[in-house]
Amino acid sequence: MYSEVTAGVTHGLRRLGGAVTGTVSRLGYAARFLVAVMWHSPQAFRRIGLTLREIYFAGVLSLVIILMSGMFVGMVLSLQGYETLKRYGADEQLGILVALALVRELGPVIAGLLFASRAGSAITAEIGLMKTTEQLAAMEMMAVDPLARVIAPRFWGGVISLPLLAGLFSAFGIFGGYLVGVRLIGIDAGAFWGQMQAGVEFWPDVTNGIIKSVVFAVAVSLIAVFEGYDSKPTAEGVSTATTRTVVISSLAILALDFVMTVFMFRGAGT
Amino acid sequence: MAEAPSAALHALQTRTDRAERRAPAIELSDVSFAYERRLVLRGITMRVPRGRIVAIMGGSGCGKTTMLRLIGGQLKPQSGRIIVAGQSVPDLDSDALYALRRRFGMLFQFGALFTDMSVFENIAFPMREHTDLSEELIRDLVLMKLHAVGLRGAAALMPAELSGGMARRVALARAIALDPMVVMYDEPFAGLDPISLGVIGQLIRKLNDALGITSVVVTHDVYESLKIVDYLYFVSEGRIVASGTPDEVRASTDSYVRQFVDGEPDGPVPFHYPAPAYQSELLNHVQ
Repeated sequence: MYSEVTAGVTHGLRRLGGAVTGTVSRLGYAARFLVAVMWHSPQAFRRIGLTLREIYFAGVLSLVIILMSGMFVGMVLSLQGYETLKRYGADEQLGILVALALVRELGPVIAGLLFASRAGSAITAEIGLMKTTEQLAAMEMMAVDPLARVIAPRFWGGVISLPLLAGLFSAFGIFGGYLVGVRLIGIDAGAFWGQMQAGVEFWPDVTNGIIKSVVFAVAVSLIAVFEGYDSKPTAEGVSTATTRTVVISSLAILALDFVMTVFMFRGAGT
Repeated sequence: MAEAPSAALHALQTRTDRAERRAPAIELSDVSFAYERRLVLRGITMRVPRGRIVAIMGGSGCGKTTMLRLIGGQLKPQSGRIIVAGQSVPDLDSDALYALRRRFGMLFQFGALFTDMSVFENIAFPMREHTDLSEELIRDLVLMKLHAVGLRGAAALMPAELSGGMARRVALARAIALDPMVVMYDEPFAGLDPISLGVIGQLIRKLNDALGITSVVVTHDVYESLKIVDYLYFVSEGRIVASGTPDEVRASTDSYVRQFVDGEPDGPVPFHYPAPAYQSELLNHVQ
């Protein structure tokens, strides 16, 4: 009995240790991968057409989902905000509520989550399939480094696209808030825009939103290209890598958002 | 007097050129390789003379493709020497390895064409990556390569629109795009219909002779290989178990060669995966 318990505990500890060392090792590998991507980035920018193509695939093709989602989120935010503000007789503050919520928080976070689902998963699947069908190996044998030709342009395509998409998400969210608040509910348009103009500062509100979206963009793009490049060259391997991209990116965005919010707004009195 | 150093230099250069021509294009000496703890190749020694087609034959999983990856520098051996064009591949740094690979062409098992590019763009890819040729010249060269494999009319098609045999021919055109010194073929005959099989076999032979290429063909298609290659190595369980010219192979009485050539299910390569005695396993189950 005693030996069984000991064996069970030992087995559990061994598995825990294995998981911890495995995670640390993978993080180290991802860090080295990031350094390698950075090293090859000048080549990606020298041939800007490659990066522009990825901006089109990751950014432009994500516009519909980002703009539609932004507008709906802004409309819902306006409805919910109005109901709450009305209780305190502050319904004319609706513009500032919608704008701050979107610019500081919802724009970068929701755009990041949507980007991870729409573009991040596509990047991982594409790179994973290129690996499975030996396209990356063929490139290596043609003396073309896949990190420079395939990975770096996709990484920078994501890094450039997401902050722009987050900005558009917020803009369309504010427009959605305007449609519901001013056009539907009947709040004075001057008050809506005036309060927003007076209450939203470029620093720290807008810049913090930009910083967040850039950090999310780096995280999601790195996770997407890394998972694709590191995927097992099988159908199951590509499927697992795609799922991991969405799950890990989503968790990373939410965790990074919390950490950054703590540092950005602690003691700011806002 | 003034011409003496030049003449001596010329003689030295000529001797060097001759020596280089005499030296094999590829030479493996006592090469061993393991994936983690699983030993895949054990003491492989082989030579591929310049301008010849050499086949590496053996059953699935015997380490044939691993040998190609070692020659191409994608893997490093645990021990032994791999010399390609006079350079020790495992000792090359990244830049030197990429410089050497520019003199390689490789045909992958299923073509490995870039699926987001047309046939034309696939063949133009290595030219655009490694040369500063004008678009007009690239167009002419691509059409020339496609004409050589009989697919000039398919230049505008996407890889998804090609049959397996056509994809293999396009990949072959891409492999010779930069007139390489060595072309490696990984299972070029796998999964092809008889006509495509014959076409690919003939293309390998003709292109090798016309362009002065050295070819290494990894395959398990014994009949097609015997028609086109100059020399064969048989690999089993990570070792070279037999070698010879096609005529020597046909006449061989070696049990492994006979099993492979005649397609016998049992022999030196057993039909059954190692297992306990069948009778005892059944009886244990009953008990």
